[in-house]
Amino acid sequence: MRIAARGLTAGRGGVPVLSGMDFAVAPGRALILRGPNGAGKTTLLRTIAGLQPPMAGTVEPDRDAVAYGGHADGMKGQLTVAENLSFWAGLHRTGGIGAALDAFALAPLEDRLAQHLSAGQRRRLGLARMMVTGRPVWCLDEPTVSLDAANTARFAAMVRRHLEGGGTAVLATHIDLGLDAETLDVARHRAVFGDAARAAGAPA
Amino acid sequence: MIRLVTRDLALAVRAGGGFGLGLAFFLVVTVLVPFGVGPEAAILGPIAPGILWIGALLACLLSLDRVFALDREDGALDLLATAPLPMEGIALAKAAAHWLSTGLPLSLAAAPLGVLLSLPWPGHLWLALSLLMGTPALSLIGTFGAALTVGLRRGGPLLSLLVLPLYVPTLVFGADVARRGAAGLDPATPLALLGAVTLGCLAGLPFAAAAALRVSIR
Repeated sequence: MRIAARGLTAGRGGVPVLSGMDFAVAPGRALILRGPNGAGKTTLLRTIAGLQPPMAGTVEPDRDAVAYGGHADGMKGQLTVAENLSFWAGLHRTGGIGAALDAFALAPLEDRLAQHLSAGQRRRLGLARMMVTGRPVWCLDEPTVSLDAANTARFAAMVRRHLEGGGTAVLATHIDLGLDAETLDVARHRAVFGDAARAAGAPA
Repeated sequence: MIRLVTRDLALAVRAGGGFGLGLAFFLVVTVLVPFGVGPEAAILGPIAPGILWIGALLACLLSLDRVFALDREDGALDLLATAPLPMEGIALAKAAAHWLSTGLPLSLAAAPLGVLLSLPWPGHLWLALSLLMGTPALSLIGTFGAALTVGLRRGGPLLSLLVLPLYVPTLVFGADVARRGAAGLDPATPLALLGAVTLGCLAGLPFAAAAALRVSIR
């Protein structure tokens, strides 16, 4: 599914962070967001995922097509790996969790409580959740944090399969995943507001 | 929605979920009252319905700050918000799970605990009935309060201050049902009003809680 933003201004807490964003991502392609810390990558991802409304402009597709994966993975420590995934699969009314377990070699950990997983294992579980959502658009925020090289490769393979199936993905990441992707440097779209805007004579 | 309810119930029952906390608190409060006011049945009997209702209400309050806060901390709230479930459905499911893990066990425990406070006989049944009808309203109001304060650090005390005044109608009618029942009077009028409060909460508050949630996850 195509992702398109027109004249998009995204902000948090009523303060614009990014403005004048225009981009489109064709089906089967990915968009990599780059920029220094605090540049607004997370804000843009949350806006695309529909967690916060755009301050101006429009963004496609509808939020019902987007699966979001943030810094926190939302997995419950008192539930097992399989229970966590089954819950999200059930909520999204998709089929089994087998493919998602296989994608990150989680099958041996299936009956382990999520609170007993290491940080990297938890991250794998959180990323495996993306597969059970069955959504065509993935928004992922720093997905490879605490993953080792082998699992980063597994993640890249998962995203590649998703793209081959006609999906799209927007990823904020600092490492090269070897994906067929455009790169967007969000620092160039930084919104000007407050004193800086008045100094430049632009409307805040 | 049912999946969310069953997940929350599973989380409540497993270690660290705080399932028995409200019940234990209710038991302790009830046991403490005779120590405070003396063991005479003539004194305890008339105040028992009110004490038991206040005890149940405070026990309900105990687990409210977990309703959304835990899901927000570990990021699950963002994921739920993007799931194919309307925010109103999330609020309703959370209230239902809270009632099943708190209100329902409290209602069932209240009648036996009435014995400890020398509640006159038919009062036990009316007390259990009034709690069964009234505690859903407590969970719904509490879920609304939890949705309002989920974005705040240490929102728990503020949550209590917000929610307790809203509990007044339920407490007034609920305790009156039990009191009239215990005294052998006709409790139909307060019972109808108690039901009306609960139904009103059910009709309106999931929408209010959903609106509050949408603002706080932004």
